[in-house]
Amino acid sequence: MKPVIEIHQLGKKYRIGKAEPYLALRDVLSTMARNIFRKENKDKQDFWALQDINLSIEKGERIGIIGRNGAGKSTLLKILSRVTWPTTGSAIIRGRLASLLEVGTGFHPELTGRENIYLNGSILGLKKAEINKQFDAIVDFSGVETFLDTPLKNYSSGMQLRLAFAVAAHLEPEVLLIDEVLAVGDLEFQKKCIGKMEEISKEHGRTLLFVSHNLKAINDICSRAVLLNMGKIKVDGPANEVIAEYISMANDHHTIENNISVRTEPIHVSEIRPINSIMEHKTTFTLGESIGISIVVSNKSWPQRFNLGIALNTIAKGRILVNTVQMPAVKPGTLKKIVAWLPSEELTPNSYTIDISVSDEYNNLIELSTDTAGFEISAVNTKFESLAYDYGVINKGLIWETVD
Amino acid sequence: MKETVIRINPPGASSFNLAELWENRELLYFFAWRDIKVKYKQTYLGILWAVLQPLLLMSLFYLVFFRALKVSVGMSYPVYTFAGLTLWGLFSSGITHSSESLLSSSQIIRKIYFPRILIPLASLLTSFIDFLIAFVLLVVLLVVFQQPVNWQAVFYFPAAIILTLIASFGIGTLLAALNVKYRDFRYLLPFAIQLLFFSSQVVYSIHSLEQGWLKIFLYCNPLNGALELFYYPLQNGNVATTGVLVSLSVAILFLLTGLFYFKKTEAYFADLI
Repeated sequence: MKPVIEIHQLGKKYRIGKAEPYLALRDVLSTMARNIFRKENKDKQDFWALQDINLSIEKGERIGIIGRNGAGKSTLLKILSRVTWPTTGSAIIRGRLASLLEVGTGFHPELTGRENIYLNGSILGLKKAEINKQFDAIVDFSGVETFLDTPLKNYSSGMQLRLAFAVAAHLEPEVLLIDEVLAVGDLEFQKKCIGKMEEISKEHGRTLLFVSHNLKAINDICSRAVLLNMGKIKVDGPANEVIAEYISMANDHHTIENNISVRTEPIHVSEIRPINSIMEHKTTFTLGESIGISIVVSNKSWPQRFNLGIALNTIAKGRILVNTVQMPAVKPGTLKKIVAWLPSEELTPNSYTIDISVSDEYNNLIELSTDTAGFEISAVNTKFESLAYDYGVINKGLIWETVD
Repeated sequence: MKETVIRINPPGASSFNLAELWENRELLYFFAWRDIKVKYKQTYLGILWAVLQPLLLMSLFYLVFFRALKVSVGMSYPVYTFAGLTLWGLFSSGITHSSESLLSSSQIIRKIYFPRILIPLASLLTSFIDFLIAFVLLVVLLVVFQQPVNWQAVFYFPAAIILTLIASFGIGTLLAALNVKYRDFRYLLPFAIQLLFFSSQVVYSIHSLEQGWLKIFLYCNPLNGALELFYYPLQNGNVATTGVLVSLSVAILFLLTGLFYFKKTEAYFADLI
């Protein structure tokens, strides 16, 4: 049987420059006038968001696409969902395709929940008859039946999200593309969604392409993963191996690129790295060795107080620890180094990653860096080395008591 | 069941995929349905707005142009202007809505694939539904004013409407695609609509003009040809065939240019919008 998705030498080029996201005729005319006198237009340069992508995906495969922000993950999904066109190469998709680059695409606040189910379903490619058939199941999954005839603008954002995902979950495509849609919403609902996605792909043999920063979700759902780096495929293979490669890649970089700046604020995290007790940078630690996370914060302009948050994750178990601290203002133009010492004596041998968040004093998020500065606690020469079972994350003995 | 195969290639010369358009006809319906719903939600008079505007304009034109300025159109003036305004409504709202349509759907365009031409097409469909409501009132007025209607109306009315739709869609699609890249056209539009209105034979009749060159010039506004066909069954005059042909040619020229430019730039909508 032929592969469900065949991607051959796919590439996408953007022109980046000082230009506005859209053009005004005036600019075009003035550029044309300038170009009469100058051969090259130096304001703009080519940028390959994707280059030389070759992939062959079989029916029923569940593929996770990982990589830093700007690695080309979303561009790849956009091309496959035909939202945008490639510059070079080609792709063939065999089967009915649905893509979920966003939940609730086309939702209209003035329309009721019922009306939006039909509208959104239709935009996602469902026929009216199919929506009719699935309507009760959609409403049931979303849990908003009492508000079905209320305009969407009166829904809470959580309810809107649940309704949106409910529609999406009931698409029955042969190929499903999903882009980081689970980043929003409460944990409980995320779990429900991941469960639904697993069900869709595992039980019905559907092909799934899944972009996420949530390495645990990728590890849980996907059998295979593709690591993109600067628009090219870096590794393609079994999910756990590719994730390990991604983490070691994160370890190699002292500066962070994998951050999402929510707002432009003076505070900026410019470095996150694991260190040992004598402040040396390293990524592999022995069991019980002191592990600190050194965070360098810079301030570009006005002094501002901020809150720093740190989360410790493992790939298999997700987030295991969160801590936040209030920081005094950093003087403009200076750097401040902060070290967070982890309870390393209570951690088992595992691969860990760090998320760092910066928010202002009112707890509005300024910057979030996920899965940066990973490190590993080695199992070599420890009692864990020979253990065949999952020994968990916390390395701590319990008090056992025999009660008659 | 036939296997669907999607081929993705760099943008090249391709024609409209009519089979795909047909496949997505329900989406066209849903887009139009949404626009109508949203348009009249939270309005007290609702769908009545579709007829209120031409009715008020007609009254004003009657007082100013007929009673005060003594403009002659060779038939009942209120019926003439109201008929003209109905068709004008289809033409102008078709252009206005479809030219704004891509920008106002930018959120969807960036996130999901479907034939993009459905968006201006749905806007046109919405305008057409408003037109049908106004047309019902026109029929009522014809009865009230005891206006004799030639039986040939069954051919002339649809012909006029189709010509209007072609012109409106052509201009609207062209402007919609241009708007994505050059937002200048947003500012040009209200002015262009005014120009089109005053060059349309809604308050006056082209037949009453004397300069031949001016007549031909005015028929370059495709609505004038459509109005010519629209008025014919109501009057005892004759159809200015040359005028209609000029209008038709201009309308088709706009349609082809619009579709060609739309197709050519469609690939970059999501990147630019």
